[in-house]
Amino acid sequence: MAPSHAGMQTRGSDVIVVGGGLVGAAIAHGLRGEGLDTVLLDEGDIAFRASRGNFGLVWVQSKGFGAPWYQRWTRGSAGEWPGLAADLAARTGIDTALQQPGGVHLCLSEQEFEDRGRRMAQMQVEAGNFGLEYRMIRRDELAEMLPGLGPSVVGASWSPYDGHASPLALLQALHRAFTEAGGAYVPNAKVTGGTAAPKDFRVETAAGTFAAPRIVLAAGLGNADLAPVFGLNTPVRPQRGQVLVTERARTVLPMPCTTIRQTGEGTIMLGDSMEEVGFDTRQSPPVMAQIAQRAALSFPWIAELNIVRAWSALRVMAPDGLPIYDQSERFPGAFTANCHSGVTLAGAHARLLAPMIARGALDPALDPFSAKRFDVPRAA
Amino acid sequence: MSDFDLAVIGAGPAGMAAAVEARLQGLIVLVVDENAAPGGQVFRAAEACAPDPAVGPDIMPGLPLIAAFRGCGADYRAATTLWHLDPEEGVLSLAAAGTTETVTARRVLLATGAQERPVPIPGWTLPGVMGAGAAQILLKTAGAVPVGPTVLAGQGPLVWLLAVQLARAGVAPLVLETRTVSIAAALAKAGGGLVAGRGLLAKGLSLMAEARRRGVRVIRGVRGLRAEGANRVERVAWEGGSAPCDTLLLHEGVIPSTHVSRAIGLDHAWDADQACWRPVADDFGATSSARVAVAGDGAGIGGWQAAAAAGRLAALDAARRLGALSEDSFAREIAAPLAARRAALALRPFLDALYAPPNAVLTPPDETIACRCEEVTAGAIRRAAALGATGPNQLKAYLRCGMGPCQGRVCAPTVAALIAEVRGLAPQEVPPLRPRAPYKPVTVGMLAASAESLQQSAP
Amino acid sequence: MFRARPEVRPATVEVLVEGTPVLVPEGATAAAAVLLAGLPAIRETPVTGSPRLPLCQMGVCFDCLAEIDGIPNRQACMVTVVPGMRIARQHGAREALR
Repeated sequence: MAPSHAGMQTRGSDVIVVGGGLVGAAIAHGLRGEGLDTVLLDEGDIAFRASRGNFGLVWVQSKGFGAPWYQRWTRGSAGEWPGLAADLAARTGIDTALQQPGGVHLCLSEQEFEDRGRRMAQMQVEAGNFGLEYRMIRRDELAEMLPGLGPSVVGASWSPYDGHASPLALLQALHRAFTEAGGAYVPNAKVTGGTAAPKDFRVETAAGTFAAPRIVLAAGLGNADLAPVFGLNTPVRPQRGQVLVTERARTVLPMPCTTIRQTGEGTIMLGDSMEEVGFDTRQSPPVMAQIAQRAALSFPWIAELNIVRAWSALRVMAPDGLPIYDQSERFPGAFTANCHSGVTLAGAHARLLAPMIARGALDPALDPFSAKRFDVPRAA
Repeated sequence: MSDFDLAVIGAGPAGMAAAVEARLQGLIVLVVDENAAPGGQVFRAAEACAPDPAVGPDIMPGLPLIAAFRGCGADYRAATTLWHLDPEEGVLSLAAAGTTETVTARRVLLATGAQERPVPIPGWTLPGVMGAGAAQILLKTAGAVPVGPTVLAGQGPLVWLLAVQLARAGVAPLVLETRTVSIAAALAKAGGGLVAGRGLLAKGLSLMAEARRRGVRVIRGVRGLRAEGANRVERVAWEGGSAPCDTLLLHEGVIPSTHVSRAIGLDHAWDADQACWRPVADDFGATSSARVAVAGDGAGIGGWQAAAAAGRLAALDAARRLGALSEDSFAREIAAPLAARRAALALRPFLDALYAPPNAVLTPPDETIACRCEEVTAGAIRRAAALGATGPNQLKAYLRCGMGPCQGRVCAPTVAALIAEVRGLAPQEVPPLRPRAPYKPVTVGMLAASAESLQQSAP
Repeated sequence: MFRARPEVRPATVEVLVEGTPVLVPEGATAAAAVLLAGLPAIRETPVTGSPRLPLCQMGVCFDCLAEIDGIPNRQACMVTVVPGMRIARQHGAREALR
């Protein structure tokens, strides 16, 4: 029975997940699957919501340069994705449009091609026995793989692990599967305050007070302010990305590229910028034009397509660009998950991370993702 | 990059009047308009259709304003779209004839006019169903009229105007009036407006009389309207009746076109009388943005005379803010347009009350397609709202409503009303959809071609 | 279906609608030309293939998307006819790589 607090009705549960975006919803879905009574707290209609701005890649080949543990985690997630997609389709009837045909990173100059080749080789070395399958492909062969390839493309890196999915179908499927399995999804519940004691957490929201012996902070950029209350440290900052979307076209592209992909609906998504502009979600025509220019160089036929939508959204970035996963040492039971790859890592979050949280301990494999890596020894 | 004192978006009555006044005050003025000729929707193609006896009498009053606009010395760009506006920097991104261009303006006036309120009824996606305003545009731009049984269903001043215009052209429609508010109830809200607005009222009454004289048949109190047919509309049905129909023209009034004003983040307020969002603005159209003003129906429905007066007021305000008009002169100059606007709006409370849209139009039955682009039904929207979409932005993420080419221009009012219904909220508690650029499609190639010049001018 | 009224607006501009010559008044839009030509639909939607004709005629609804002079998905209601203009139906999603 939920304890009452200061005369106000408190909703008790096994675990509270703060953040109804792709990260929080995937974890909540996984926790519910572990049999936990789970409350998922979300903001309202107007919020930063990186999930709504996600480009939709399930992307492996670029992830984890200098950080092989991230490469493994990402590849593990891509491996969990088919199971997640099948599970969500069976529960909700929603097709997340997952396709994993491999993917390419296009290089528009010899310099880009050489840099890319060095990077991939280095990552393969770092992968060690775990391995990393990839190929550097020259233009002639690439033109056989990708119809209408532009003359400016000199080559690409290819890996078999890459794919894409619909971020919005995924978000809806997670919310629906979670609620239909008995989870409590509570929108308009931005957390305004909270208290922490070991295995005893309480948060105040516009939708009431919630209490549980476990809490997961997955509030994206909101984590930066929320984490210290729970003895955690999540120094995340916004990084703006802009994306253009064309009208629907009949299927042309058989596989996704790092910044160009054709969706299940037929639209072609063009991405994506990396801008350090703080909490500014305005669009910028010069950046939009750069994105368009690179897309038209990659595939000249894209130039004829109308852009029917575009947006800018804020990525959730740690100082080193890698995810942060932690359990609070001061208040055991408080966990946090932060990343800018809510689609790619959905498989891992739902099917690997959630069971760890349910068990009460993160695997040692996730140790390198602790925010402790940002603790620098103070000068005397 | 060209620099202007005032950039006006839209060459309807508000935009034209603003341009004329701003030129009189010595400002350098740009006017951007999507259409091929000035006039907006009310005076669409007025110069070409004035000799047409079906529409001529109603369009004549616009000709002097159009002539004044043509001669005012503004840089008038017809067939040009605004696809992005940066209100902080005053940078406008325009597209015309396959190329984009960037201009700057010290002040920007949005005079984007109105659009027809969507009338989602079962079957309204069938070919042969269109807006009443659409049929009127065909009449004005091409002299074209429907062939075969024509039904005009809905309510509002345009229903009577169009019925008469079609009848003059020899195609008297059957009018199915959906009005739910009694004249007595509307009169109670009219205040003193009936006296001050007696000119407009007389015009309305004479239109209704002309309709009767010309053989327009009217069925009142129509409920439960739906369009039926296999691959096109063949019949219109309602509670207790049906009629054969080749062309079904729907109308439930007009609402402000707020696509751009919402995209740039202006403050908006819910207008309960007109059941729509409108940008928050002062007497002279100044908004929550230091640079941007609004005028005309895009700032709240008032008709063309009120729009023209508002355009003048916004232009005078621009001249004052830019130092081209002293405070004393400003105070003198605004008296006439303020009075003109007051007179033009006198009848509005009565009209708003009389023609309040019925709930069935705002929140249609489950089987009705609400989002025509992505073909999403009202039922699916209700289910997503129940799942947890508390507003149109989250609902767009769930169901793609607003992601098609119209960017939510048609479905947004319906989506918001359905969310309010399901979640038990007042209409103003559901935030409006936030559109993003490009406001109108531009090709990837057009954008790419602009890359170099844009990068040079970027801050 | 619509008809012109040559007594007030002479149909003087010849355009090709689905390859068939049609005379329309000066100032008419491509969307009007399709209605005057009596086509049963101007497009089929890319989502379900359902037939559509123009709804709003003022650039709002995008239900009048058509292929004009070889360019797919143009808002036919925003394009004024010129002699010889080729207007064709838009069948579902456009071809991208042609």
